[in-house]
Amino acid sequence: MKLSETLEGSFSLIGGDFSKGGAASCELKSILEKLHLPEDIIQRATISAFEAEMNVIIHAIAGTMLYSVTPERIKIVVTDMGPGIPDIELAMQEGYSTAPEWVKEMGWGAGMGLPNMKKNADVFNIDSVVGEGTTVELIIYIPKEWRSHESQ
Amino acid sequence: MNLSKIISSLNLELLTEKYQDRDIKSAYVSDLLSDVMANAKPGEVWITLQVHLNIVAVATLKNIPAIIITNNKKPDEETIKKASSEGIAIFKTNLTTFEAAGRLYKLLTE
Ligand SMILES: Nc1ncnc2c1ncn2[C@@H]1O[C@H](COP(=O)(O)OP(=O)(O)O)[C@@H](O)[C@H]1O
Ligand SMILES: [Mg+2]
Repeated sequence: MKLSETLEGSFSLIGGDFSKGGAASCELKSILEKLHLPEDIIQRATISAFEAEMNVIIHAIAGTMLYSVTPERIKIVVTDMGPGIPDIELAMQEGYSTAPEWVKEMGWGAGMGLPNMKKNADVFNIDSVVGEGTTVELIIYIPKEWRSHESQ
Repeated sequence: MNLSKIISSLNLELLTEKYQDRDIKSAYVSDLLSDVMANAKPGEVWITLQVHLNIVAVATLKNIPAIIITNNKKPDEETIKKASSEGIAIFKTNLTTFEAAGRLYKLLTE
């Protein structure tokens, strides 16, 4: 697959449905692989997408993951209907988690999701309204070298 | 070291249909999934006590070819099925995580 224009799509996410945990991000990963993007770019995009996807499943009711890829960047926007985050600064701290005990027993709820997104994405924006929901925007830039290599 | 050599040295029991024999250089040990997402490296073997379906997604996303489940824990049938379809090998062992990691570390560094 060749990337000349914008490639975009979306996945729907259902809160509490752990059996689908990672399904959207795995599909996104295989789409990015078909574009032959560099492995580290794919890794950073899928790690941050997965953490955002899991947050909807763990903490919210329902949501969507939108992705769009141009030769310049991968953009992922995950929006949910859910409880929202009262204190974003606190939520961003590594180790902070409100996940229930049974979720922690599954190995989730280490409070590393939001920090992981911030570390892996070049642009990380989060917006949340208590009682309504949360939106996370992630952008990963594609290196210029790759673009010029691909267009040869 | 080849995965097949690791399997025989640690006496691992294969739970998925098959595995791809490949060169393994390192492993990552953790039961926290976000920690694995953050710190495991592609190509590493993952040693864990977690047995539910989400471990397959984590391994798929991180390009982890094999998961070793310790302490004689057995993953759900669903987990094994999903791993088989994703081409990820799952092994089980009655070694504790400490023993499995220790033995593997010795194998890979000697
Ligand atoms: N989409 C969301 N909806 C509601 N709360 C969220 C959402 N994402 C994160 N949070 C809150 O921020 C905290 C930290 O998130 P994160 O760093 O991903 O850690 P974890 O998911 O392991 O708890 C969560 O425990 C939760 O309180
Ligand atoms: Mg999280």
